[in-house]
Amino acid sequence: MTPRRLIVSAAAVVAVGLLACVPLVFGGYGLSLAINLMSYTVLATAWALFSGPTRYVSLATVAFFGIGAYTVAVFGEVFAWPVVLVIALAIGVVLALIVGLSTLRLSGVYFVIFTFGLAELVRQLVTWYEVNVTRTLGRYVFIDVTTAQIYWQLLALAVLVFIAGILIRRSRLGLALRVIGDDETVARHVGIDTTRAKVTLFALSAAFITVTGAVMAPRWTYIDPAIAFNATVSFQVLIMALLGGAHRLYGPVLGVVPLALLFEVLTANFPNHFSILVGAAFMLVVYAVPRGVAGLIEEGRGSLRGPRRGLST
Amino acid sequence: MLTDALIAGLTLGGMYALLAMGLTLQYGVARIMNLSYGELLVSGAFAAHWLFTVAGIAPLAALLLVVPAAFALSWLIYRVLLTPLVRRAPNREALEVDTILATFGLLFVVQGVLLVMFGGAYYSYSFFAVPVHLPGATVAANRLLALGFAVVVGALLYLGLTRTRLGTAIRAVAVDPVAAQLVAIDVRVAAAFAFALGGGLVACGGVLVSMFLTFNANLGVVFTMKALIVVIMGGVGNLLGALIAGLILGLTETFVATWIDPGLTLAATYAIFLVTLLVRPQGLFGIGRR
Repeated sequence: MTPRRLIVSAAAVVAVGLLACVPLVFGGYGLSLAINLMSYTVLATAWALFSGPTRYVSLATVAFFGIGAYTVAVFGEVFAWPVVLVIALAIGVVLALIVGLSTLRLSGVYFVIFTFGLAELVRQLVTWYEVNVTRTLGRYVFIDVTTAQIYWQLLALAVLVFIAGILIRRSRLGLALRVIGDDETVARHVGIDTTRAKVTLFALSAAFITVTGAVMAPRWTYIDPAIAFNATVSFQVLIMALLGGAHRLYGPVLGVVPLALLFEVLTANFPNHFSILVGAAFMLVVYAVPRGVAGLIEEGRGSLRGPRRGLST
Repeated sequence: MLTDALIAGLTLGGMYALLAMGLTLQYGVARIMNLSYGELLVSGAFAAHWLFTVAGIAPLAALLLVVPAAFALSWLIYRVLLTPLVRRAPNREALEVDTILATFGLLFVVQGVLLVMFGGAYYSYSFFAVPVHLPGATVAANRLLALGFAVVVGALLYLGLTRTRLGTAIRAVAVDPVAAQLVAIDVRVAAAFAFALGGGLVACGGVLVSMFLTFNANLGVVFTMKALIVVIMGGVGNLLGALIAGLILGLTETFVATWIDPGLTLAATYAIFLVTLLVRPQGLFGIGRR
C-alpha cells in the first residue's frame, strides 16, 4: 500500500466509526435526518454504480426500492429478517435481469424508455394483485426494529456499496464498463461482451436499491402501492447523483448531503409546490453543473486525468 | 361486445397513433427524447376542459386556440431550453442523455404546476355524448368525432410531410442531418419546426382525448410511455408504422380491458413492448438500425 492509500483507508475507517456513533448522540429528528441521508447515499451511489460509467440513465430506481419495501410488507412477519432481505434481493435481481436482458442488448434509449414506465407497471401490477387476489389494498408493516438498527443497516449497506464500487473499478468489469461508456462500438470490437457487463452491473445496482427499500420499509408502518412506488424517489436519487457527479464513486454523496437537506426544508415549507421546485432544481443541475460537483472539483484542481467521463460530457 | 371493443380500440388506437406521430417528429427529426411529452397532452386536456366549462367554447373550437398555443410553446421550449443542449452535445448519444434529463426535469415542473392548479382529482366533461347506433353496437358520438379528427389530422400531416417542400426537408433531416445541410436545408429551423409541430399534435390529442376519457394531472407519464412504445414499435421516424402500431396497441388494450381486467392494460402494453424488443427492436417497419 502506498502511504496515500493508507491514509485514505484509515480516514475511511475512522469516518465509518464516527458515523456508527450517530444514533448514540442524536435521537428523534436528528436520527431520522441521518437515516434519510444514509438511505439516499446508498441509493444514489448504487444508481451511479451502473449509470455513471455506462451513461445509461435508469429511471426505475423506485421500482426496485418499492419492491424491497413491499417484500417486507408481505413477508416481514412470516420469515426471519435476514430471510426477508434475501427474498427482496432475489426479486430485485430477477426483475433487473428481465429488464437488462431485454433492453441492454440494444442502444441506450430502449433501456431508458423501459425503465421510464417500469415503476408505474409494477405499481399497477401490485395494485391489481392486491385488489383481485388478496382483496386488501395497503398493508401495515410491524417489524420489531429500532430506528438505530435501521440506521446501522443502512450504514452497512453504504459501506458495502462503496467496497463494491472500489472492487469493480479495479476489476476487468470496471475497465470494460469505462470502455463501453466512452464508445460502445469500440468496446464490442475489442472483444468485450458488452451485454453481459451491463446486465451484471445493472443487477448489482438494483440489488442494493431493493435491499435499501426493504430496510427502509419499517419506517412507514403503513404502505400501499402509491406510497411504495412514488416516482419522486427515482427523481430525487437521479438529481442527487447528477449534482454530485455520477462518474466518480464519491460523487453522489456530494449531491446527497445538500439536496437531502434542501428537500427536507422544501417539504416542510412548500409541500404543494415541492414538485415544481425540485423539477426546477433538477433542470438547473442539468444545465449549470453537467459534470456535477465532482467534475467542478477536478476542473478546480486543473488535473483532468484521462478523457472526460461521466453522464454529460 | 366485439364491435363495441373494436370501435373503442380503434378510437384509442387512433389517439395513440396521433401521439406517436408527434413524438416521432420530435425524436426522429429534432433528435429530442422528450419525456415531458405527455404533460403537454394533459395540459391540452385541461385547457379544453377549462374552455368548455368556464368559457363555453366547444372542444373542437378550442383546438383552434390550443393547438397554435402548444405549437408556440413547444417552439419556445426548443429555442430556449433545448437549443443550448443541442449546441453543447458532441454527438447524438450525448444529446439523447442530456435531453432525457432536461425533459425529465420539465416533466416534474409541468406536473407540479398542473397539480397546484387542478389538484389530483379526475376531470371530465360531457360534450356531444349522444348515442350513435351502429350495426351491433352503440357508441357515444364524441368518440367517433375524436376518431374522425385524428384521422383527418393524421392524413393532413402525412400529406404535408410527403407532398410539400418543408415536409420533404423535415424528412431529409430525419434521415441524415449532416447530409441535409449539404443540400441547403437549415437543419436547426427544420428541427425546431418539427419539435413544435409535435407539440401541436400532442396538444390536439389532449383536446380530443378529453372529449371521451377522464383525466388527471398525473396521467402524462402513462401517455408518454405509450407514445414511446408506439414509436419504437412502428420504427423511429416512420409515420405509417406509428399509425399501425398505435392501432395495434389501442385494440390490444381495449381487448385486455374488456375480457381480462382493466387493471392489466399497462401490463399488456409492456408485454407488447417486450415482444417488440425481443423480436424486432428496429420496429415493425424500421430499417436495420442498431
